[in-house]
Amino acid sequence: MLHDIFIAPFQDMFSAPDFLLQVLWEGLVSGILYALIALGFVLIFRSSRIFNFAQGIMVVFAALTLVGLHAMGVPAWICVLLTLGVMFVLAMAIERVVLRPLVGQPDIILFMATIGITLFLIGFGEIIFGGENKVMITEELGIPTGSWTLEPFGGLLILEQKDVTAVVVAALLVIGLLVFLSRTQMGRAIRALGDDSQAALSVGISLHTIWVLVWFIAGIIALVTGIAWGARAGVSFALEVIAYKALPVLMLGGLESIAGAIIGGLMIGLLEKLFEIYWGQPLMGGNTETWFAFVLALLVLLFRPQGLFGEKIIERV
Amino acid sequence: MTDQAEGYTTADGRKIGGVVMEMKNITLRFGGVVAIHNISFDIREGEIRAIIGPNGAGKSSMLNVISGFYTPSEGEVWYKGAKRPPMKPYEVARQGVARTFQNIALFEGMSVLDNVMTGRLTHMKAGILPQMIWKGRAEAEETENRIIAERVIDFLEIQHIRKTPVARLPYGLKKRVELARALAAEPTILLLDEPMAGMNVEEKEDMCRFILDVNDEFGTTIALIEHDMGVVMDLSDRVVVMDYGKKIGDGSPDEVRNNQDVIDAYLGVQH
Amino acid sequence: MLYRTAGQYKTSYASDQAVFPVRQDAILLGIILLLAWVIFPLTASEFTFQTLLIPILIYSLAALGLNVLTGYAGQLSLGTAAFMGVGAYACYKMVTLMPWLNPLVAILLSGAFSAGIGVAFGIPSLRIKGFYLAIATLAAQFFLVWLFEKWGWLYNYNSSGAIQVPNLTMFGVYVAGPQASTIVQYYVVLVVVSLLTWVTINLTRGTLGRTWKATRDMDFAAELIGINLMRSKLTAFAISSYIVGVAGALFVFMWRGAAEPNLFDIPLSFRILFIAIIGGLGSIMGNYLGAILIVGLPVMLNTVPEALGIHIDSATVEHLNIMIVGSLIIFFLIIEPHGLARLWALIREKLVIWPFPH
Repeated sequence: MLHDIFIAPFQDMFSAPDFLLQVLWEGLVSGILYALIALGFVLIFRSSRIFNFAQGIMVVFAALTLVGLHAMGVPAWICVLLTLGVMFVLAMAIERVVLRPLVGQPDIILFMATIGITLFLIGFGEIIFGGENKVMITEELGIPTGSWTLEPFGGLLILEQKDVTAVVVAALLVIGLLVFLSRTQMGRAIRALGDDSQAALSVGISLHTIWVLVWFIAGIIALVTGIAWGARAGVSFALEVIAYKALPVLMLGGLESIAGAIIGGLMIGLLEKLFEIYWGQPLMGGNTETWFAFVLALLVLLFRPQGLFGEKIIERV
Repeated sequence: MTDQAEGYTTADGRKIGGVVMEMKNITLRFGGVVAIHNISFDIREGEIRAIIGPNGAGKSSMLNVISGFYTPSEGEVWYKGAKRPPMKPYEVARQGVARTFQNIALFEGMSVLDNVMTGRLTHMKAGILPQMIWKGRAEAEETENRIIAERVIDFLEIQHIRKTPVARLPYGLKKRVELARALAAEPTILLLDEPMAGMNVEEKEDMCRFILDVNDEFGTTIALIEHDMGVVMDLSDRVVVMDYGKKIGDGSPDEVRNNQDVIDAYLGVQH
Repeated sequence: MLYRTAGQYKTSYASDQAVFPVRQDAILLGIILLLAWVIFPLTASEFTFQTLLIPILIYSLAALGLNVLTGYAGQLSLGTAAFMGVGAYACYKMVTLMPWLNPLVAILLSGAFSAGIGVAFGIPSLRIKGFYLAIATLAAQFFLVWLFEKWGWLYNYNSSGAIQVPNLTMFGVYVAGPQASTIVQYYVVLVVVSLLTWVTINLTRGTLGRTWKATRDMDFAAELIGINLMRSKLTAFAISSYIVGVAGALFVFMWRGAAEPNLFDIPLSFRILFIAIIGGLGSIMGNYLGAILIVGLPVMLNTVPEALGIHIDSATVEHLNIMIVGSLIIFFLIIEPHGLARLWALIREKLVIWPFPH
């Protein structure tokens, strides 16, 4: 038993390094998408103290809209633009109908409101697009669907080109966001809000504009994630689950830390894949990816309540 | 006047007893920052003891050490003649140390009466089963402790708002409710964290009256911190003065008032 | 005039501490109890029992359990359904391992198992707060549901992976399984729900209730006035999980008749959370009002258009229902964040002075 837990998995890793690389690659692909979604959470949390539970359904909604528009005969790239338009309208609507009337309410109330948004979008999406599984329009968007075969250590490593595309696009988006946050006035305003909202508002930035903007950014992230994940697993409401994975990422990295979201996302992507392949499947009947990230984050927080990157908290009275 | 065993008699003729609590060479550090540096003083039974000093002097940290919220990095706290082992704040509270807070820390979701009743929690012993069926000890305790809570409510003149949710009360009344909650615990030592902060003159006078009355009526030992020197001097029997985490004076208000270091600290003389 | 309290003087603290210091409230409760215990059972149809009365009671109980934790002790939990699952599976194992066990006893005992697991998953609450804790409770949600699926012993290794409620008798009467009659099941549920509601009312108005509320409102102040936060939080987790576990056992044994692991997935957790929120966090009655709304809404959507001659297919009704629930949550949060219970309290305040505005 102890051998199976502590020794055998590592023997497997060393005896088949090409397979280990394959596992790590898969983990990296998920990890970068988790990081992306977590970043969307962090932006919204920093600018409005809202813990946005609707991020997951936004992924589904964006992907459904894209596929749905294409099914109506709209050319693929126009679909992307139209979907972005829809996400923008959604951001405006959420700001107008939900956030504005709830300004100043306790955090938990706003959090509940985002669950309300989630439910609304589930029902709305199902009525308009139907609940059945759909295929992502990967090829129509010009995303390569072949694969590259590498032979490290004399073994075999297969890189799906759509995964490579996803990693590249997600990485570009992350970099783009970082540049936006540090170089533009709007981006700096968002970061300033996280540190001191009163001060940020006093220099004349409209809170409403910022909210629409961060929700729209969350919408863009949702669309990218939706395309990338949809290309791998199809478009259905099950996609929502991957957004849940951003939650333990936030626990590890901190709700307000941009770097934490990125590093935490990659870490969880890699570790949960390693655990599933080398421990979950041989020892526990598999499918451990549903809970591994949460349990890991929980254990880490038990010993470091401030998260991986937070500073030690000094409580004050 | 600083006779260790005997105590002393105040100017207005009150008898002050022996030492209840003694801080011995307390040092408190946060990382590299020294909040309190090697401070010793004692609190005697029945007296009103003040800790004063400019902002950032370490008064609040000291109060937090006394109430167990911070554990000192070095030094010992002696309570009722015995060294206090490291313990959780709730254990300190159960030993008879109650306190108020500078930024009011009432339970906003509860009524005034319920807030005062939480002060009685340390005296409630009924097990969970009697509580479930609201019989026996649970029911009896509820009434016994209600009587004590009501006595405190009467004393502080807040009967008219006893069923009001505290969130609806103005600042001055909240301060009074907080005092009521601490008093309801029938503490050996009552710690007051800037009881007059943010009050107007009238409210300050009311609060002074209540503090003196509490000390007089119940004989409660009171330790308070305050940066407003004027009020404190009239109120307290002995004063500790802190500046930059160090003790720069200790004695009767008159002694402290004439202490050159204290005058310098308050007038901002360069060190 | 209906709610005049003038003339009702309290002469002792005990009478002031009664559950219903106002006479009209006691009368109202009497009417509700009469309806639930006598009138409904005499008049309700099989359909009403199955689609309204029984589920409303069970959902109310689950929401009550969650409310102890979230509404009273301030610890947000998103894993309610998993703890219902623990109760249901514990009950299933008990009645299959010990067939002689009285089913009512089995149901009441099954809560003990979820209480134990609730305490284990509550330990992080001592160090983790707020949203971080909410996410941590998701660990329980996902891990436990995974366990229900992978641990064959729990469902006696049957090939479907689901649990089937066997026929169970109590004093010679079938109370669970295919043979049981609905009215008997209704009464079993009603007895359990009434009992636990009464216990919860007592707990929340006394010492423990104040301890919880103090922990919820300002935890450091609570600790500094002498509250052991660990005890306060863990008792809340234990009692909350107990109630939720019993609700889970009732859910499967008195209503659904069978359960697969994914029944206890996150949508059920959320449904319970909505009931508690829409009803009002930190209120007992709110759970019932919330459950009536959440359970009643789809039934209404199904029957009302039908009666008007409009045909909507059932899938659309389901989606419409989700959409409306979502909108209702937002709507209620905007008009009254404290839920239906607060709304009722405001109406009552008006009624006390009615018909005069002041």
